[in-house]
Amino acid sequence: MSRPALLSGLSPDDRPTAIAGLFILVILAAGTGYTLSKFGNAPLLQPGYLLQQLQIGAFLGIVAAGMMLVILISQIDLSVPWTVAAGAMTATAVGGPWAIPAGIAVGVCVGVVNGIGVAYLRIPSMIFTLGVNAVMRGLMVAHTGGFAPQTTATDAMRFLAADRTLGVPHAIFMWLAVSVFMVVLLRRTAYGRAIYAIGNKEAAAYLSGVPTRRVTLLAFVICGVCASLAGMLLAGYATKAYQGMGDAYVLPAIAAVVIGGTNILGGRGSYLGTVVGVILIVLLNSVLSIMEMPEAGRQIIYGLVIILMLLVHGREGGA
Amino acid sequence: MSDLGLRLRQNAYLLSVIVLFGLVYLLYHLAHPKGFSSAVLVQNSNEVFSLAMLAMAQTIPVLMGGLDLSVGAVMTLVDCLASHLLVGTTTQIALGVLACLVTGALAGLVNGCVVVYGRIQPIIATLATGAVYIGLALFLRPTPGGKLDEDINWAMTNALDDFAGTVGLFSDGLPAWFRPIAGVPTSLVLLVLVATAIWVPFRRSVTGRAVYAIGSSEQAAYMSGLDIKRAKLTAFTLAGLLAGIGGLFLAIQTSSGNADIPQAGGYTLSSIASVVIGGTSLLGGSGSAIGSIFGTAVLKVISFNFRIFDIAPLLQPMFEGLVLLSAISLGALRMLRVKNQLELFR
Amino acid sequence: MEQFLVLAGVSKRYGGVRALDNVDFACNRAEVHAVLGENGAGKSTLIKTIAGVVQPDAGTMTLDGKKLSLRTPQAANDAGIVCIFQELSLLPDLSVADNISIARPPRRFGLIDLRAQRRRAEELLAGIGCEDVNPMMRVRDLPLSRRQMVEIAKALGKDPRLLILDEATSALTGADVERVYAMLARLKASGVAVLYISHRMHEIEALADRLSVFRNGRHIETFGRGERSPDQIVQLMIGREISAQFPPKPPRAEAPPMLEIKGLSWEDRLHGVSLTIGRGEIVGLGGLDGQGQKELLLALFGVLKQVSGEIRIGGRRKTIGSPADAMTAGRQTGGASGGANGGQAGVRSGGGIALVPEDRKTEGLMLPMSIAENLVIASLGALSNGPFMNTGRERVAVADAISRLQIKVGRDSDAVHTLSGGNQQKVVIAKWLMTEPAVILLNDPTRGIDVGTKQEIYRLLRELADQGAAILFYSTDYDELIGSCDRVAILYDGRIVRELEGCALTEQAIIAASLNLTRTEPAHV
Repeated sequence: MSRPALLSGLSPDDRPTAIAGLFILVILAAGTGYTLSKFGNAPLLQPGYLLQQLQIGAFLGIVAAGMMLVILISQIDLSVPWTVAAGAMTATAVGGPWAIPAGIAVGVCVGVVNGIGVAYLRIPSMIFTLGVNAVMRGLMVAHTGGFAPQTTATDAMRFLAADRTLGVPHAIFMWLAVSVFMVVLLRRTAYGRAIYAIGNKEAAAYLSGVPTRRVTLLAFVICGVCASLAGMLLAGYATKAYQGMGDAYVLPAIAAVVIGGTNILGGRGSYLGTVVGVILIVLLNSVLSIMEMPEAGRQIIYGLVIILMLLVHGREGGA
Repeated sequence: MSDLGLRLRQNAYLLSVIVLFGLVYLLYHLAHPKGFSSAVLVQNSNEVFSLAMLAMAQTIPVLMGGLDLSVGAVMTLVDCLASHLLVGTTTQIALGVLACLVTGALAGLVNGCVVVYGRIQPIIATLATGAVYIGLALFLRPTPGGKLDEDINWAMTNALDDFAGTVGLFSDGLPAWFRPIAGVPTSLVLLVLVATAIWVPFRRSVTGRAVYAIGSSEQAAYMSGLDIKRAKLTAFTLAGLLAGIGGLFLAIQTSSGNADIPQAGGYTLSSIASVVIGGTSLLGGSGSAIGSIFGTAVLKVISFNFRIFDIAPLLQPMFEGLVLLSAISLGALRMLRVKNQLELFR
Repeated sequence: MEQFLVLAGVSKRYGGVRALDNVDFACNRAEVHAVLGENGAGKSTLIKTIAGVVQPDAGTMTLDGKKLSLRTPQAANDAGIVCIFQELSLLPDLSVADNISIARPPRRFGLIDLRAQRRRAEELLAGIGCEDVNPMMRVRDLPLSRRQMVEIAKALGKDPRLLILDEATSALTGADVERVYAMLARLKASGVAVLYISHRMHEIEALADRLSVFRNGRHIETFGRGERSPDQIVQLMIGREISAQFPPKPPRAEAPPMLEIKGLSWEDRLHGVSLTIGRGEIVGLGGLDGQGQKELLLALFGVLKQVSGEIRIGGRRKTIGSPADAMTAGRQTGGASGGANGGQAGVRSGGGIALVPEDRKTEGLMLPMSIAENLVIASLGALSNGPFMNTGRERVAVADAISRLQIKVGRDSDAVHTLSGGNQQKVVIAKWLMTEPAVILLNDPTRGIDVGTKQEIYRLLRELADQGAAILFYSTDYDELIGSCDRVAILYDGRIVRELEGCALTEQAIIAASLNLTRTEPAHV
């Protein structure tokens, strides 16, 4: 099978990342072509615009980081939407210096509950986290009375999400920090090895003395913390929390992880791929909104892009 | 062990779900001011039908060890299509119904093709195709609306005697044999009909068995000489058809079309919950669509009870979540009894 | 004798490896034809080619004078070629009857006729003496040996003209093996051609009319029964002189006990098992399949819950609740790791229990992961500083393990599934040696492994014992138990009924004890 020469030197794990990267360039080129012909300018190539897109991407990126960890152990976390919202609502409700710790604590709690259900009771994560999501939603609806909370984000939250240093939004630094943490975790620690081992063959990992339950529990905790962190940043960005603020994050996060080459069945994938997947989705969204594509067309293009990327990965993987 | 004993043991879970449903539903009727009346039955049946169809649809990919995240989207697509087509003369409506069913099946077939020929995991393939179907639905109905034929709405969403009245049966008085069943909801009859006319033959067909075989061990199924591609394509097509029936009924029930994305997602997730409560293993290979119907019934009946027992509306979502969590946790308690921990990993 | 199946110039490549190299091969009607060879000799590719699972790159096949081109297993079945694979092709969630009629179920009005299907299953099972298997049972709920018999019944249901058995007896009990022999004799008498692949020499001697030896993808030689001595055959297989198959046993000396088990019971599978294994001792577990041997090993390794009884390691009582516990069970027993594997760079956890599990593909290895990653997975703690992996130490440890067990690898970053079965098993063993265990448990470690690697494993076990490890070794192969163990404990119905050692350790004694012949009640086999 002939491959583009550019890709042939890469290891199989990096190839999806490179392909997704190329696709980002295609999106940028197409979007710029459109704006040049229609408006005679090229906003997509301006650093300011790109930084703003990355800032929006940071929220999705942080959610996707946690999601990737869970997908790597062949589980999934569908409690993300309301963990995002609960993290944000708790933080704004608590306020003051304890706002962020309280939000993080919510993420830890959700993660522990998910982890117990999945690792100890061995309930399929697909269904257990769905139930936890429903409970979280119920708690938040009961807490807020079903309306947008009146409380606003603290200064610290706004500083982390919306403020800039040297023109770079702080949210991007947060994403960067989470990313460094993930790369070190997956590549350099015994915990990372255990993650991949469990994703490949849990029974073999267990019989090799890997504490599979603890590893699984911790993965859900990290995912929960990522979700609540993203929620707090999102609240900081929007100055307040709102109902359903996390709904738009779970499926794009899964899509980003998979577009980046992580096997949906677990055990294989590189973190860089996830980052590239997030950028791809965010840019795709922004190009579509520049084109003033109606929601119907956006959904269709969105679906087709995911299928296209996976088809290309499949070919390259030589399956 | 005797055959009956073996059968009981192998179906013990399904039986307990049916008993649970019976008990909770009995409680509901006892507490309802108009309990045990045809009107209440009709209302409940209508509320259950679409989700039951989606749960049946979801069962099939789950049996193969996959998951279909597009069932809600297919339902929505057909719902929007039906809101345009189910008007006019009887022939036009009949053709419209046919077109809706074909659309559902086609959407399923496309899912199957992406999974089989694209070699993409079902869960992620249907995540993508689901977005496409929602997009198409939005093209058909950018805003909620449409007006369906009133007769078909009346006929399908009431009791059998209303159905008979609308289509002009028994115009000279109800025959004696019909009277005992006159109060049975039409949608319930339709549900039973779909289960017996689609699911039961499928279960006993070679393709149906291949679906179970694939979920049990795809490699062994291939080695046993089963036609895996054909089985998967058929299975996804059937799932699409069932989801389409759900969408068709939703349109008839609401008399309009609505490309509601959160609603589609909610239905998809509820269909997974129904399948699991109904006893189908998410790992594939064991379970049945009949179980999923009862799973749906349990899920719905619990929320009916909330209405009756006057739980503050604000607390209802939380209780629903808690009930779902405890139902699946109860099912998982047998895991704690497993004494060979290697069995946990199968 | 007419030639039934003929292969001419068949070749098959996998990447750079020639799995079959210009093979000419033929087998006759009404004959049992054994195919011999080490792992990687090309036997399984040969079978897969004949059974339509893989398509050859070159060459032709003819069956009964007609040219064959088989694209799927189904096409092979249609031609009358039926294969019983080593990896079971049964569907665990389906019933026995469903499985037996899976591809061509009896039908009425287009739907599967469940009653006819059940009758058919009963007939076929009765034909191989398995009336005790209820056709409505799910295969998942059957023990491995029964599943294998169901697999055979399923194959017979396809009315084979050419039947291929690939290690089909490896999981069977003695009585079932006899039934399979009888069935093969009947098939042979009715003119069916049988291809028989097994690593068990005595089975081949008993069954085969004709033998073919393969080596490195080439067909080396075909000869009739009795034309070659077993030694000559083994030499043909490995292509070089071999020394004695088993390493010599050292004289028995009183050794301090390393592993003491007292009154171990679990569910209805283990009933008060007591056994002591000294330092430097290799103890075999024998008996019919499914008498509690596997459960005993799993109980010692912390996999089973609610085990009653006492386990002592190096004299200290231990409670073992998980494999992670088992691995560290021997810590602080001072000198327990005594020199075992002393030279290994920097890896120092040591003194615990290791288990080489029954199924290396699902329990021993993460197949898609690299050889290096598989080797270190049990030693993550020892190879890291705090939470971080020490990549330098890791590289050294991996290189040591590969050279110590002479694992034939290209790069240690290759996926472990690219290795042959024997080398995969070496990776499992090497993984555990890296933890410097004081007690090594092995569950049938040589099942489906070639002669050369078997010998290396026997030698290695003796070496480890000499360095002070206590080894408990379950095997279904009597020769192996007799040749490599200092002592053999025979289990029957969850109890140790006899311990044999020295001159008393003979095949006859093992069989007699396995059937529990000293007791009055009949063995329920």
